[in-house]
This record gives sequence, C-alpha cells and structure tokens, in this order.
Amino acid sequence: MIDKSIIQRWRARVGQRDVLAQIAVAVALFLAVYWLIDNVVSNLERQNVASGFGFFNERAGFGINQTLINYSEDSSYGRVLMVGLLNTLLVSVIGIALASLLGFFIGIGRLSQNWLINRLALVYIEIFRNVPLLLQIMFWYFGVLRNLPSPRNSFTAGDVVFFNNRGLILPAIEAGPGAIWYGLALLAGIAAVFWFKRRAKQARFVAGEILPVWRPVALVLVVALMMAFLLAGVPFSLEIPVLRGFNFRGGISVIPEFVALVLALSLYTASFIAEIVRAGIQSVDKGQREAAAALGLSNTQALNLVLVPQALRVIIPPLTSQYLNLTKNSSLAVAIAYPDIVSVFAGTTLTQVGQAVEIILVTMLIYLSLSLLTSFIMNWYNARVALAGGSHG
Amino acid sequence: MKMLSYKFRVFVVVICACVFSQGAVAAETLSIVKKRGHMQCGVSQGLPGFSNPDDKGNWVGMDVDICRAVAAAVFGDDTKVKFTPLSAKERFTALQSGEVDMLARNTTWSMHRDTALGVDFTGVNYYDGQGFMVRKELGITNSLELDGASLCTNLGTTTELNAADYFRTNNMEYEIVAFEKADEAVAAYNTGRCDAYTTDQSALYAQRLKLTEPGAHIVLPQIISKEPLGPVVRQGDNQWGDIVRWSHFAMVNAEELGVTSKNVDTMKTNKNPAIRRLLGVDGTFGTNMGISNDWAYNIIRTVGNYAETFERNVGKSTPLGIARGVNALWTQGGLQYAPPVR
Amino acid sequence: MAEWTPKPARPAPASTVGFVGWARRNLFATPGDVALTLFGSVFIIWLGGVLIDWAFINASFSGDDRTACLKPVQGACWPFIDAKLGQFIYGRYPEAETWRVNLVFFFGLAGLVPMLVPSAPFKSANIFFLLGFYPVFAFVMLTGGMFGLVPVETTDWGGLLVTLVVAVTGIAASLPLGILLALGRRSKLPIIRYFCLGFIEIFRGVPLITVLFMASVMLPLFLPDGVNFDKLMRCLIGVALFSSAYMAEVVRGGLQAIPKGQYEAAAALGLGYWKTTRLIILPQALKLVIPGIVNTFIGLFKDTTLVLIVGLFDLLGIVQFHFTDASWATPETHITGYVFAGAVFWVFCFAMSRYSIFMENRLSTDRQ
Repeated sequence: MIDKSIIQRWRARVGQRDVLAQIAVAVALFLAVYWLIDNVVSNLERQNVASGFGFFNERAGFGINQTLINYSEDSSYGRVLMVGLLNTLLVSVIGIALASLLGFFIGIGRLSQNWLINRLALVYIEIFRNVPLLLQIMFWYFGVLRNLPSPRNSFTAGDVVFFNNRGLILPAIEAGPGAIWYGLALLAGIAAVFWFKRRAKQARFVAGEILPVWRPVALVLVVALMMAFLLAGVPFSLEIPVLRGFNFRGGISVIPEFVALVLALSLYTASFIAEIVRAGIQSVDKGQREAAAALGLSNTQALNLVLVPQALRVIIPPLTSQYLNLTKNSSLAVAIAYPDIVSVFAGTTLTQVGQAVEIILVTMLIYLSLSLLTSFIMNWYNARVALAGGSHG
Repeated sequence: MKMLSYKFRVFVVVICACVFSQGAVAAETLSIVKKRGHMQCGVSQGLPGFSNPDDKGNWVGMDVDICRAVAAAVFGDDTKVKFTPLSAKERFTALQSGEVDMLARNTTWSMHRDTALGVDFTGVNYYDGQGFMVRKELGITNSLELDGASLCTNLGTTTELNAADYFRTNNMEYEIVAFEKADEAVAAYNTGRCDAYTTDQSALYAQRLKLTEPGAHIVLPQIISKEPLGPVVRQGDNQWGDIVRWSHFAMVNAEELGVTSKNVDTMKTNKNPAIRRLLGVDGTFGTNMGISNDWAYNIIRTVGNYAETFERNVGKSTPLGIARGVNALWTQGGLQYAPPVR
Repeated sequence: MAEWTPKPARPAPASTVGFVGWARRNLFATPGDVALTLFGSVFIIWLGGVLIDWAFINASFSGDDRTACLKPVQGACWPFIDAKLGQFIYGRYPEAETWRVNLVFFFGLAGLVPMLVPSAPFKSANIFFLLGFYPVFAFVMLTGGMFGLVPVETTDWGGLLVTLVVAVTGIAASLPLGILLALGRRSKLPIIRYFCLGFIEIFRGVPLITVLFMASVMLPLFLPDGVNFDKLMRCLIGVALFSSAYMAEVVRGGLQAIPKGQYEAAAALGLGYWKTTRLIILPQALKLVIPGIVNTFIGLFKDTTLVLIVGLFDLLGIVQFHFTDASWATPETHITGYVFAGAVFWVFCFAMSRYSIFMENRLSTDRQ
C-alpha cells in the first residue's frame, strides 16, 4: 500500500515536471522569438528601412538572360521571383534526369562481373563524390568552358547547331496553327499507353494472360499522326540561328552557365545515385531471380515484374532525397551567374530593394515548400508501395 | 526529468536576463568609436585605387583614405581604423546593423538608397559614371555600337539597372550576365564569355589591370550614367554624419587653400584666416563636432589633401592613370567643391 | 610396409589459375565481357594519356610568373601553386605569425591521431585534451591579443586554415547539437518534440547558401543594436545549425534501431531518462550510425566551400581569388588551381570515408 502511494506520487510529480518543462520551453521559445522579432523591428524602425511586401509590384528594371516566361525590364519583382523559380526548376529537372540516367549506368557498372568496368565505376564514384560540388561547378565554368571558341569560330554541326563560349545555340522549331493536330495525336498516344497497360494488367491478374502493350500503342500513334498529317500537312518550320554582330540571333540559346551547372550537378549527384542503385539491386534476394526463372519468366519479365519493383522499394526513398539535394544544390548557381531564384531574387532584388529580411524569408519558404511537397509525395508513394507489398500475403 | 526541468529553468533565466539587459543602447557612434579605440570602416573586397590590400596586406586607396581621414579627425591617428571587406549585397546591412561605423565602398549615391535604406550619404569623394570596356580587336569606339552584345557585370549594383535603361532607350539588344563578385565578372569577361564589361569607369580602369593583357582592352569614352560615389553613414546620427562629411570637405578645402601634408606644419602660422580656421588655430570647429580642434590638421598631416590622395591612388602616375576630369576643383572647372570652414 | 601415398594432385589447368585464369573469369568471361573490357581499356589508356600529358609531360614545373606557363602546348602550371602555396594555406595571415597556425595544426594532429587509432592508450585524457584544452588553445593562438601575441583579425584568415576552422567547429558543434535534437524529436513531450521537428525540417529543407546569406546579411538585424559577431563567427553558427539538423536525422536512425527491451531493462535497473540515454541508449545508437555520422562530416567538409559566396576566403575561395593576379594569368592557371584544390579536398574526404569503413568493420567484428 505504501509502495503504491509512493509510486503514484512519483508518477504525479514526474507528470508535473513534464508539464512544467514544456511550459518552460514554450515560454523560453516565445521569449526568444519575441526578442529576435523585437530586435529586427526596432533595428529597422530606427534606421527608417522600408518593410513589407509592397516591392513585389514595383518595376524591376534589370534584365535577365534566361527567362522561360515573358519578362522584360518593365516586369515587376514578383515576376522576377517567378522567372528565378522556373529557372531553378528547369535546371533541377534536367539535372535530375541526367543524373538518374548516368547514376543508373554507373550503379549497374559497380555490379558488373567485369573487373575493369567495376573498378572504373568505383573510381568515378570515389572521385566525384569526394570533391566539393561548388569546386566542380567552378571547374566546368571557369576552367573548361572558358576554352571554348568565340561565336565567330564556333564549333558547329552542319551550320545549324553551334557551340561556343556564349553557349549552345540550337535551331528553334516554330509551330504553325495546324500543330494542334499533332498535339492531339500525341495525346492519343499517351492515352493509348494508359489504356493498354491497364488492360494488360487486368488480363494478367484475371486470366494470367500476357497481352502486348507497345505494339498496339505504336499502331495508335502512327494512325493518329497520319491523320494529323492529312489534316494539317507539316505546320513546323526551323528557325536557324545566324551570326549577326556579336552573337547569334534567332534559334534557342542554352547559356553556358546552364551547361556548366547541369553538367556539375548531374556528374556529382550521379555518384550518389550509383551507390543507391547498387545497394537497391543487391538488396533483392538471389532466390528471387532463381524463383522467377523457375516460374518460366523470361529475363526481361523477371527484371520488370520481380526484380525492379523490389529494388525500387529500397531505391526510391534515398533517391528522392538525392533529387531534393540536387534541387537545393542548384542554388550554387549564384557563383556562376546562372539566373536562378537565389541569384535574381535573393541576389539582385535584395540589393536593389534592400529588404533583406523579407526576401531571404521568402526564398527559404519557397525551398521549404518544395522540400515538404516532395516528402509529402514520398510518404504517399511509400504508403502505396508498402500496401502493395503487404497484399500478397 | 529533474535535470531536464532544471536545465530549462536555467535556460529561461538566461533568456530573460538577455531580454531585460537590453535597455536602450545609445546610438552615439562617436562615443562608441572612441570607447572602442578604433573605427570600423566597410570597404570593397578589393578594387585597386579605391580599396585594395597591397602586397603587405595594408589597405590602400581613395576610399581607404577617407576612412583614415575620419580616424585621424577622431583620434588624431590615422591608423586607428580597421577595414571590413563587404560585398555589394552585404554593405548596407553591415552599416545598418552597426557592424561598420561608415561605408566607403565606391557606393553610388542614389535617391532610393538615401531615402529607403536607412542610410545617409555624406558627400561625393569621386564623381564617376558608368562605362564599358571592350576588346580592342572588336574595333568599337562608341558604346552605341554594342547592339546585341553580352555584358558582364556585378550583381545587385546600379550598373545592372543603368545598362538596362541605356540599351532600351537606344533600341539595342543585350544579354546581361550578372556575377555575385566583381572578380568573377572580370574573370568571365577575360575568358570571352562577354563582349563588354560594364561598371563605373574608374573601376573599369582598375579592373583592367587584372586582365591577362591589359593593353588589349579599351575603356570606351562614353558615360551612360551619373555615379557620384561617396561615404555612407547610418541615418539619424547627425554628429557622426557631420564628422564624416567634413573630413572629406577638409581635404578638398586644403587643396583649394594649398595646404598639403608637406607644408601643413608651416601653414599653421600662415596669416590667411581661412587656413587658420581650417587648421584649428582659430575657432572651435572641432569641439563643435565633439572632436579636437586640430582635427583637420591631423587629417592633412597624415592623409594629405584631396589632390594628394587622388594622385597617390588613381592619378596619372599610378597604373590606373586616371585624369582629374570632373574631379578637379571647382576653381579648375571640376565638380569638387567644399563649403567653407567658417 | 609401404605406406600408401596418394599421387600429388595435378595442377589446375594453366588457363584457370594465376593471372590468366583471373583474367578469364573477370575480364573475358563472355563475348559481351570482352567488348566491355576492350572498351574500358581504350578509355583508360586515352584518359591516362591525357592526364599524364597534362600533369607531367606538357606541364611547367618552375618559373616566377606567367611566362613559365605559356608554351604552345601547355599542361599544368605548377609554379602557380608553388608561388601561392603560403596564401593557399594561411590566407592573409601575417607571415611572421604563421608559426602560430602551424602550432595549432600540429597539436590538432597530435591530439587527433591517437584518438583515431583504436589501440592507442589514454583515451579519456585524449578526449579531455581535444575537447577541453585544444579549442581554447587554438582560439588563443589564432586570434591572439593575449599573452603578448599580436592580434590577427579573422578577415585576414584564409585558405586551408579557414576551411579547417569552419569544418572542425562545424563537426564539433553539430554532433552534440544533433544528438540533442534527435532526442528532442523522440521526446514524449509534445512541445519539445514539435520544436525539434520544426528546427530539423526547416534546416533540412533549405539550401545552405540561404542559411549563410541569412547569417551574413540578416543575423546582424536580429541582434540588439551595438551587439555584433564577427563574420566568420556568423558563418560558423550557420554551418553548425545546418549540419546539426542533418546529424539529428542520422542519430535518430540509430535511436530507432535500439530495441525496446533496452529501455525496459534500463528502467528495471532504476535508471532515469538521462542516465538511460547516456549510459545505455546513446553508446549503442551512435555505434550503429557511425557511417552516417562520418558521411555528414564529409558533407559538411565539402560544404565549407560555400562560405566563399558570402565573402570568406576558404581554400577554394583563396585559389579563386588568386586567379585575378594578372602576373599568373594563363589559360591553364584555372584548371591547375581547381585540380590542386580538388585534390586537397579529395584527400580529406576520401580519408574520412575510408576511416568510417575501417571503424564499421571493426565494430561489426566486435559484435560477433
């Protein structure tokens, strides 16, 4: 009896302590935040610095050399933010695609029975992941691309594509009004992929039949494209860049900052992805491959239906975090003047407007939402994969 | 659990102590500087002629001289100043937050900066304008021939805006490549990434020295903007603003009156009342500002007059080789004009 | 009585042993393998040739300025590194005072090496030296202003010195902070848990460069008027907070792997929360995640280069800065400088990763 009451009192006291500790933390946090904010406000007030987000509607007045949406000097700072964000996303998406491709091949190379290939992949991984990314970016930009020729002496492929120290200049494809039919044809092709895949899956589950997918899809696509051709002819024309004055005019130019950044980001990230891919494939039990063979599945089928889905479950979570890292690392663009969000917004806009607090906070918030969004999608995907894994039992 | 709550109690106490010990800290820059024993001056990260560390790591240049002049006025000793190299982006925050007491960082006096950033410009120690540097081999002599050119420049400066305005008003196309640091912009221009490098003309001369072959580049004569460069102080501390302002004026007045670092001691006995007032022989101009009356004497003795600092840092005999031009005294057709010490 | 002795076994066929056999198994097993091997060899010979040409055959090894590196076919410009080596290591640290930096390097090494060798004795004295005495010693030696040492402004620090100061401080600060955050994130107390969760997610969600911008441009505004940190200090705080968030996630992985029984056993022994954590949980959890911790250290070491963007001159920053020296401006200066800096970073990072593998193997045999 006595024992019990002691324990109860002890429990109650511990409970009280927990509450007290939490209140203490909450109060301390509140005070700390209050103190910081109070400092900022009084500092800014005393110095008569403008505050608020009114500057978003003001005229920016400076040029940006790569814009995916309409932008001119007359656009607002809000527009600058959009341009920067899109440039960040562009470099990230392309970097992710290239890094995945390269990383996948090198990861496979790491598992190769061939000693030489195996070692080459290892050397690649050890070199690229142990050298700072910023150094790699600068190496490609200031070290390598500087040795490219001037526009007048460009490397060229058939006088249509040019490569020089102003970047990669490609012909632009101009679409006429009839191009919409080709767009519809492509849509039909995509729809066909979904439709036939679904049908094949159902057939496989219900009747164990293997239905073809890609042949009917190709058929649909060809028919749709032919119809588009009959309706609209060829509504496309090429705009070939020409050298006029200092630079090439017309066409699409890929600025060298972009080239250097994508190159460095994907080479660096590929070394991490390669290790992830290797670990993922190694994680699939050897028995799985043997079992697939015993069931009479072909090599491709074994890969598609047995090995890859299981490896992916291990690969996807760390892969996502690498993708996220690449996106965040693209902020190093500021070192080589690629107009990403950090460069045009947290850089130029910050100095023109002078409101450091607002601008840095907005920039951080954008990266934070990108990252939270990705982890949200990740969790959803993980839950789905886990469910599918549990359903077979 | 006991330790936990105890620790947090300590934490709370510490935080409270921090909050309540922050009474109103007086923003009297002069007394802070005097108490600290040296002045903290924000300069560039290395711009020859204006603020640049020499071989021995000592800062030299025109902007550095104005900092030294203020130190001489306050302490009677021009070495009681320390320099903080700042990027274009950091400079105003560093000043606002009190990290530096004044800014002498080839900073353009513009209305937006003067009115919206909580800072005050105290004068113009160099009248500049934005120009272009190009390769000689291009055969260009006029900036209006730059249609379609790629321009390298520094991110977050008035330069970016001026270039945009200039090319648009003249209906020319351009591509701007803006770097975080001047060195990177110059490096990119040097490699041929850009056709032209654009910034304040004085800086063009300075940066040209860093190129592989300075002789292969020319600075175009056209000036596309007004860039009055001057020292900056925090808004709201008029006494400190006065000291910085008059340190510059003292140097200009000294040139006008023929007082140099060489003859300043003999000039003290000069009959000219203007010189006597400047050197603190007559009047209480120094004590009115809260410093000693021989403030200007100390500036001229240690740093020299305006002509001396100009010629020593950027003038004809230096690698920059810049002529006085608009920076000549008003009596010689220039713009440097100082109100009288009276 | 003749004892029966078996005939010695015949040697394996020559084609299955020795180099030939090895090559057959590992290089020429299938036609596809042969093709890959050929392709790989050609690639290696080509790349090796290019590298040797660049680094040795066409390179310049001596000279006092750029004229040494302007041959028609020019490889690496090593005299540039030679001429600037002092700057690359110490930055603008006054030449007469560099012995202080050397002393700090030396004592750091002297404290670290016996720490890393598992069999070296006096571990606890060593820990005391490294965590208690050494930071104070390094601080006093590097900044000066005491004991008759000339004060040296941190704006004059540079090169490898800054890289190591940022990295070592970051590493030393991020581990304890990360452990606290990880514990906080698993705490039963919701307010503490959410605070730690928020802290971790925020710092992991943004790029380091924005944190550094915040530290260099914004932090001064957060402090009361007249209070100021040195710029290097501000960057150190930024780097430490940033990497502690990553460290917290690594440590959390270890904490999650500790079976519940361990907590229950500790509770049965009458240990409180802190004792349980300190004596039972952390030693096991940290051991489990040593590779992750070292990986975070490697990441942090590479990330120190970012301080150059906010105007500190770390190793990469100072190399980059010296490219502006017109007396060394040649087409090969940049690549030579980057290769040098890259090699230095690589040695540090590679050594750390090897050490982590070594420790991992050692600890896994411990467990058997």
